[in-house]
Amino acid sequence: MVEGTAGDRAEESSLEAFRAETRAWLEANCPPEMRQPAAGDDDMCWGGRRWVFRSEAQKVWLERMAARGWTVPEWPREYGGGGLSKAEAKILQAEMARLGCRSPLSSFGIWMLGPALLKYGNEAQKREHLPRIARGEIRWCQGYSEPGAGSDLAGLKTRAEDMGDHYLVNGQKIWTSYADQADWIFCLVRTDAQAPKHLGISFLLFDMASPGVSTSPIKLISGYSPFCQTFFDNVKVPKENLVGTLNKGWDIAKYLLTHEREMIGGMGFSGDGREALSQIAAREIGLENGALADSGLRTDIVRHEIDAWAFALTMERVLDEAKAGQGTGALSSMLKYYGTELNKRRNELLMSVLGSDSLIWEGDNPRTGGKAGERPKAWLRSRANSIEGGTSEVQLNIIAKRVLQLPGA
Amino acid sequence: MALVLTEDQQMLKDSVAAFLADKAPVAQLRALRDSADATGFSRDLWREMAAMGLAGVLVPEAEGGSGFGYVGAGLAQEQIGRNLSASPMLSTAILGVTALLRGGSNAQRQALLPKIAAGDMLLALAADELARHNPTRVSTLATPSGNGFLLNGAKAFVLDGHVADKLIVSARTSGAEGAREGITLFLVDRAAAGVEVSRTVMVDSRNAAHVSLDDVQVAGEDVLGPVDGGHAILERVLDAGRACLAAEMLGVAAESFDRTVEYLKQREQFGVLIGSFQALQHRAAHLFCEVELVKSVVLRALQALDADDPRAPAFASLAKAKAGEVVRLATNEAVQLHGGIGMTDDFDVGFFMKRARAAAETFGDIAFHGDRLARLGGY
Ligand SMILES: Cc1cc2nc3c(=O)[nH]c(=O)nc-3n(C[C@H](O)[C@H](O)[C@H](O)COP(=O)(O)OP(=O)(O)OC[C@H]3O[C@@H](n4cnc5c(N)ncnc54)[C@H](O)[C@@H]3O)c2cc1C
Repeated sequence: MVEGTAGDRAEESSLEAFRAETRAWLEANCPPEMRQPAAGDDDMCWGGRRWVFRSEAQKVWLERMAARGWTVPEWPREYGGGGLSKAEAKILQAEMARLGCRSPLSSFGIWMLGPALLKYGNEAQKREHLPRIARGEIRWCQGYSEPGAGSDLAGLKTRAEDMGDHYLVNGQKIWTSYADQADWIFCLVRTDAQAPKHLGISFLLFDMASPGVSTSPIKLISGYSPFCQTFFDNVKVPKENLVGTLNKGWDIAKYLLTHEREMIGGMGFSGDGREALSQIAAREIGLENGALADSGLRTDIVRHEIDAWAFALTMERVLDEAKAGQGTGALSSMLKYYGTELNKRRNELLMSVLGSDSLIWEGDNPRTGGKAGERPKAWLRSRANSIEGGTSEVQLNIIAKRVLQLPGA
Repeated sequence: MALVLTEDQQMLKDSVAAFLADKAPVAQLRALRDSADATGFSRDLWREMAAMGLAGVLVPEAEGGSGFGYVGAGLAQEQIGRNLSASPMLSTAILGVTALLRGGSNAQRQALLPKIAAGDMLLALAADELARHNPTRVSTLATPSGNGFLLNGAKAFVLDGHVADKLIVSARTSGAEGAREGITLFLVDRAAAGVEVSRTVMVDSRNAAHVSLDDVQVAGEDVLGPVDGGHAILERVLDAGRACLAAEMLGVAAESFDRTVEYLKQREQFGVLIGSFQALQHRAAHLFCEVELVKSVVLRALQALDADDPRAPAFASLAKAKAGEVVRLATNEAVQLHGGIGMTDDFDVGFFMKRARAAAETFGDIAFHGDRLARLGGY
């Protein structure tokens, strides 16, 4: 009954050829060290002017992938991308997951700025910035939140004044992830103080090495200091660094956020080689008559696995629908909300599975000899998932308003 | 396989949706209940559904069916869930046909499939014996007799049992109660001597029956599949039922949710629409996400059945577990967010909650399928 056309079959067979080539190429080119998941943010490759590769393998892997455009498989070739169709990109992702290949480059440029530039940037901006993002040469940070503007982001006060041949930026950002290590910032600034708050915002790009930019790291509950307070004191920004139209930056900001949210929501669900919770539990706790030896925890774990699997299939369905031209934009809030809440739950369960071993903060574990600190830090870090990129409550507000069209939301 | 509907499938969905909303809305179930209808569904409706190709949805075109497969059957079930349409779709078109397709001899297929597809024959699966679903706990005995067997025992919660022309009965030909091995499936005439069927009126106003078998003689030709090897077939039949019940629960959940969101936009309290209260907005938004997840697991489970994917049992359990959880939340939220009117019999949302409870219980709830998934996953 349900049969494809000849065209479908031709596409099918060329995709199969692509799969075979991709598999062979990955097997030949992905260094063995890059076939295991990264041990935390610190072990990933972030790129940038000052990047020190953690290993030769990390460097080689980035260079080889970038040369194919596969750090950004779906971007157009002229901007450093791989020019792959969604179907091909899905195959590449599946083949990478199959071998356990980690992502060659983690980057706000790829996840957030790139998609926004592709849509709103002018030709010169695309040619200048996109290839450098693709090759991991420039590391970007996100200047959105301010002390007085978090969930109410449009209330931001950092201002940019038109000085004729440049903008003059003054103000303060906060929670700017990796601001102290980033080369450039994409920044929301107020360019019209009189207009209603959403209509006076513009989207600027500038070099963090510009005179007047300073950062000061903030320590997190996990002990890491991945983000900063960022200060702008009479920073001169060339006029050509305005993206899109003056005072229309909010549209770009929101578009970028949908990408950020899908990325955060999907973290760990798109086959990055993350070990299933149930497998870890089986190894750590052991089995009795084929069932996990802790029956209470087993029930909690299987309930989590059900939701995690259902969520992974939902990400797949959303992608497939987009491919079939049935896209639904507001789903990014759903993915962000559900994915981050799940990841928090997973981290709680992982702590339970590992019991008191999961609490060891410093030194080695005398019982197992294992390395301390990573587990409780990962657990603590995961708490931020439902805050960064817009809180869970804000995502629910967006669903209520945009998808369900409830009154007064 | 992409998690999207093909054009054909989309067309089927639209036509079934329009048909059932017109011919078998909730009001029909209410009328059947209020008149204590002896059949429990409308036979005219079933004839029309057969004419649309729904009775033979799983039957291959060469054997008189429409061959839409499990995705097609699930799409129909989803609309059945939205309308709470009473019909023998599950018992006959899904469970009965799957049993014949997976275990039936050529003679059995030829004799039964065309009649089923035409809407002229009803089947019922008599598998469970206990109150909680457990397909290996079979103590009904089949002892050799003549060229066939003599059946003795009792079956519970037999969907459409009191109107079925034939029952598919699981019975023990060897092995201890609880063992997978030693279960055999039989095709038994409901009218055969020694078969006693009593309808049990259920909370959801749908059909179920208690069947007792007292020295029922069945012929050798009426064994369905191999002697002692019925369990594997039964599992496939049940998985088809589970995935299709999950599809029905998706419909129940989605409809309850839509009605609730509508109500939030109509009902005023404190001088404002209640939908403007953030506490309620967040509950609705959360439920929206849960229903989206159910859509994904249901479609994948149905596709896996069509593709004979070795993971089909896991996907069926995933869909049944997740849909069961979400339909309970959706229907309970529907009652709660409607306030007092949600508790009244005149109002429809209670019907959805009752159906949700029964469907979630049928062929294993989240506890059953969570355990099964864990076992399939090796933990
Ligand atoms: C690890 C991490 C990294 C980050 N990285 C960056 C970055 O790189 N760049 C950047 O610009 N920002 C970054 N952020 C900031 C992040 O986007 C903000 O923290 C977030 O948007 C929340 O703002 P807030 O902290 O001011 O909290 P608030 O807005 O003050 O929220 C406090 C509480 O009130 C709730 N609340 C607020 N408004 C509503 C409402 N309307 N309805 C219901 N509840 C509400 C919130 O959900 C929350 O629970 C990062 C944050 C974290 C934790």
